[in-house]
Amino acid sequence: MSVKVMIPTPLRVYAGKRASAEFSAATVGEALSGLTSQFAELRKHLYTEDGKLRAFVNVYLNDEDIRYLSQEGTPTKDGDTISIIPSIAGGVCENAV
Amino acid sequence: MATTLQPQTGAKPATSLTNEEILRYSRHLIMPEVGMEGQLKLKNAKVLLIGTGGLGAPLGLYLAAAGVGRLGLVDFDVVDFTNLQRQVTFGTSDVGKFKSEAARERLTNLNPNIQIEAFETKLISENALELFKDFDVIVDGTDNFPTRYLVNDACILLGKPNVYGSIFRFEGQATVFGMPDGPCYRCLYPEPPPPGLVPSCAEGGVLGVLPGIVGSIQAMETIKLILGAGENLVGRLLLFDALGMKFRELKLRKNPNCPMCGPNRTINGLIDYYEFCGVRGEEAPAPDVQVPEITPRELKSRLDRGDDLFILDVREPHEFQICNLKGHLIPLGELPRRVHELDSSREIVAHCRSGKRSAEAVDFLRKAGFRKILNLKGGILAWSDEVDPNVPKY
Repeated sequence: MSVKVMIPTPLRVYAGKRASAEFSAATVGEALSGLTSQFAELRKHLYTEDGKLRAFVNVYLNDEDIRYLSQEGTPTKDGDTISIIPSIAGGVCENAV
Repeated sequence: MATTLQPQTGAKPATSLTNEEILRYSRHLIMPEVGMEGQLKLKNAKVLLIGTGGLGAPLGLYLAAAGVGRLGLVDFDVVDFTNLQRQVTFGTSDVGKFKSEAARERLTNLNPNIQIEAFETKLISENALELFKDFDVIVDGTDNFPTRYLVNDACILLGKPNVYGSIFRFEGQATVFGMPDGPCYRCLYPEPPPPGLVPSCAEGGVLGVLPGIVGSIQAMETIKLILGAGENLVGRLLLFDALGMKFRELKLRKNPNCPMCGPNRTINGLIDYYEFCGVRGEEAPAPDVQVPEITPRELKSRLDRGDDLFILDVREPHEFQICNLKGHLIPLGELPRRVHELDSSREIVAHCRSGKRSAEAVDFLRKAGFRKILNLKGGILAWSDEVDPNVPKY
């Protein structure tokens, strides 16, 4: 199943500045694995050290939060879109450092 | 689903509009969706804006223009020159004034019929409930995680809607939290990101008009809530991608186990939000990395003396074009794979804009075995202040 993973702005710097990436995957978890295999730096921003999705990162399959589906085991089909929605406070990073 | 607000008890509601108001709001009144009834609802509404910055600017302007009868503006900050790129309530002559007061002046000029209160105060757990209680709608235009959680919790405890908007560079989010059957901020984000994992601020900045758009969406949602018109963003997370010019929408569900707004509430009072977000002190981000430093004046004397120092600039190429110390440019993010360009036998002074990114660079290089490496304290900003004022600050 070919699925598209949308990469949010704050994480694009760790994904070669890409806004999205396509993977062949049967579940949400597989697509995210594909993503973190291709962009290793993304891993620590998405997952804790023991392999759990971080609590402040929300993952959606199409328009539904995977917490209300089957988490990373949620099956995907062709053309699905997975969105990663990290919390943004809007202004914390506004200022140059 | 159109939801109407419950008016605050105690205040005597206005029951009529003056002739001046009728003329001023005529474009509202001739719409059946608003009419006299709707305009009176606006006149009797009390909205509290948390933050009068990028999001607060369009919010204040449009809510004042629409005739919201009472507007509260909460902001402890002072207008800075760099704010003018996006905080369009302010003019150049306002630089140095308290934002809440400057906004109050501007909005009063826009609409003298409404009551505008400036609260020159930082919103904290100790004052939030007292501040919020007299208002109908709270609009979150803040810029940090601790305050977002504070606003959310105070709204849930008091039963007030929270019109939420946030931005990052080219993206925005908007929704309405705090409605009776709707989710709250904690349903979406049960935990804040630990400071160390907030994405790199090396490429910060924001297109000025982005908070203009998201703040206007928040103003629209606020007005719709007051009027009880249209479909609002309860249970919907609106995502805006400015570069692609795309709007998307995700479903926001009320978390049945939410410790704040769920049936089994475990949070019954406001907490220490800085501790909750792992941030100590006054909205400080993660504590600065401790590394050996050199001040700009010391660097200048050593260079004048002829010391052989290698200047490493860890900023981005577009910053180098604004101003530079003729250093060797390796952006911080590229340092790990370009470290071979550095000679560890030479004494290296690393700098960036303010000294923060270069502190991380020095820390990284020391861990990689570099022994003769110093961080320029205060960065190129401090160099401009203390050594060469011809170097522009940005």
